[in-house]
Amino acid sequence: MEQKNYITSLCSIKNGIVSLDGVSGFSDKSIDGVDFIKAAYKEYQLSYPKFYKMDNLCKLAFVASELLLKNNPLTKKYASQDIAIVIANSASSLEIDTEHQRTISDKNNYFPSPSVFVYTLPNILIGEIAIRNSIKGENSFFIFDKFDAEFMSSYINSILDSSKAKCCITGWIELYENKYEAFLYTVEQQEGTLKTEHTAQELKKLYNH
Amino acid sequence: MKLESYIVADNIISPLGFSSSENFEQLKQKKTGVKRLESSELSSEPVCAALVDTQKLNSEFAKLTTNNIEAKEYTRLEKMVLLSINDCLKQNSNIDITSKKTLIILSTTKGNVDLLDPTLASKFDKKRVYLWETANVIAQHFINPNKPLIVSNACISGVLAIILGKRLLETNQYDTIIVSGVDILTRFVVSGFQSFKAISNEVAKPYDAKRDGISLGEGCGTVVLTNKVSSIKYQVSRIVVSGGASSNDANHISGPSRTGDGLFLAIDKTLKESNIKASEVDYISGHGTATIYNDDMESIAITDAKLAAVPMNSLKSYFGHTLGAAGVIESIIGLQSMRENTLIGTYNFNELGVTMPINIIKNTQAATVNNCLKTSAGFGGCNAAVFFQKVENN
Repeated sequence: MEQKNYITSLCSIKNGIVSLDGVSGFSDKSIDGVDFIKAAYKEYQLSYPKFYKMDNLCKLAFVASELLLKNNPLTKKYASQDIAIVIANSASSLEIDTEHQRTISDKNNYFPSPSVFVYTLPNILIGEIAIRNSIKGENSFFIFDKFDAEFMSSYINSILDSSKAKCCITGWIELYENKYEAFLYTVEQQEGTLKTEHTAQELKKLYNH
Repeated sequence: MKLESYIVADNIISPLGFSSSENFEQLKQKKTGVKRLESSELSSEPVCAALVDTQKLNSEFAKLTTNNIEAKEYTRLEKMVLLSINDCLKQNSNIDITSKKTLIILSTTKGNVDLLDPTLASKFDKKRVYLWETANVIAQHFINPNKPLIVSNACISGVLAIILGKRLLETNQYDTIIVSGVDILTRFVVSGFQSFKAISNEVAKPYDAKRDGISLGEGCGTVVLTNKVSSIKYQVSRIVVSGGASSNDANHISGPSRTGDGLFLAIDKTLKESNIKASEVDYISGHGTATIYNDDMESIAITDAKLAAVPMNSLKSYFGHTLGAAGVIESIIGLQSMRENTLIGTYNFNELGVTMPINIIKNTQAATVNNCLKTSAGFGGCNAAVFFQKVENN
């Protein structure tokens, strides 16, 4: 039952540039580091009160997922339990981990907070995307030293081929020490406007673009 | 033909022992690893948790490395994983960890997060706090040629890692998968759960009317899966991973869904993949953290899945909540229950106090246990389930 899977939409946010389906959108290289994420949120007039409670990693994931799913509204085409979310990165939640650590290192200035601690798990960003879009399918968060096109393509293809999901929101969401990178895309079993098969080779091309 | 995922070795490193059988023996004797600790390293106030004895860990580890020429420093967490995998390798000489067809999967929520503490940070390279570096150190120790996979998905990580192992064996890219789940007790984690006011002042009381929060724990569990029939010929009882699935509640990042629909979905997909009816399930190893909301949610999901009559326990009052290790450690106890046809009573459980009447095992008892459903749930609204089954020897 060999069938093909396709990359059907793509959003990347890095180096002060938002790009959708390979076309450059909002860009402002004068904005330093992670402040660009908030600037993009405003530029695209996104509106979600919970955004301001999120840590930076989730904010990045949120903006990328909003733009991706506006472009390709998977939730209108698929049942909530048939949409998988599989994300990876390198630094896990180390950005907010460091912040939590700061609140507990000094016994005389000890103030751990649940609103910080809750974000000290990388998969919280999957939860945020799931809540926003009522998505209930498969969940997985992986850690790699760098984006692994081979693993991501073969694993996602295997869960679609074995009918564990009908489509998938997947990619790389990384943020640490004021550097950030989102490369988020959708995979479906029908060829979309991008006309790109979901193979490691195609994925590498898009990622390195 | 579908390739099966056979269990060929397993190990638990916990305060209750350094092997699966040692741990199971302690559980049968109703011994818990959770104690009231007065450790200023972990918390300024006393906290109930299950802590691995550091002296024992170091002395066992010293035995492991005596023949090793490289005098490399390992972290507390890495020592647990190395001991755990090493014990698995000793159990079955057919496991070739140096083979290109063998992959290590590490399941952890926080890895070497203790290295963020300024007092420890200087002892290791800065990159050691990255989970992929921790996994590389482990793979290099065993001269495994493949880049390890790391699953970090809150408290369902361990169950997810086992499911992932099964899926990778089905594609035949590998013939052996070593799944290690590990997390350590740190001030980082203790302070976080304290800030949530989620920790009980006593040993946790899963599913009980008087439950009032979790107990934390630490440890490592390792299971070795294979699709090679040649590796299993000497196994007395053969157990396979026959299905598994994950889901999201899409409800709240730090609280479980009130309806249990996410967990129900994961269980439902798991039983369908395993080709098993709810009435055929012998035993459920629940998540049972002993928070009010988690245990209530589970009781609803289990009831909706028509599993309310199935004997079920939680092991959190023995091991504490071991986070990324929990799914693996608790699955291994499930395997031991199947091997010994013995169901473990839930420590500290007296009177059922969850929304729906489920069948919580109070006292350890003999029973026919041909299969086990392991469930888990975690922050981020995630849920996962995995199913283990005995298969006929032929």
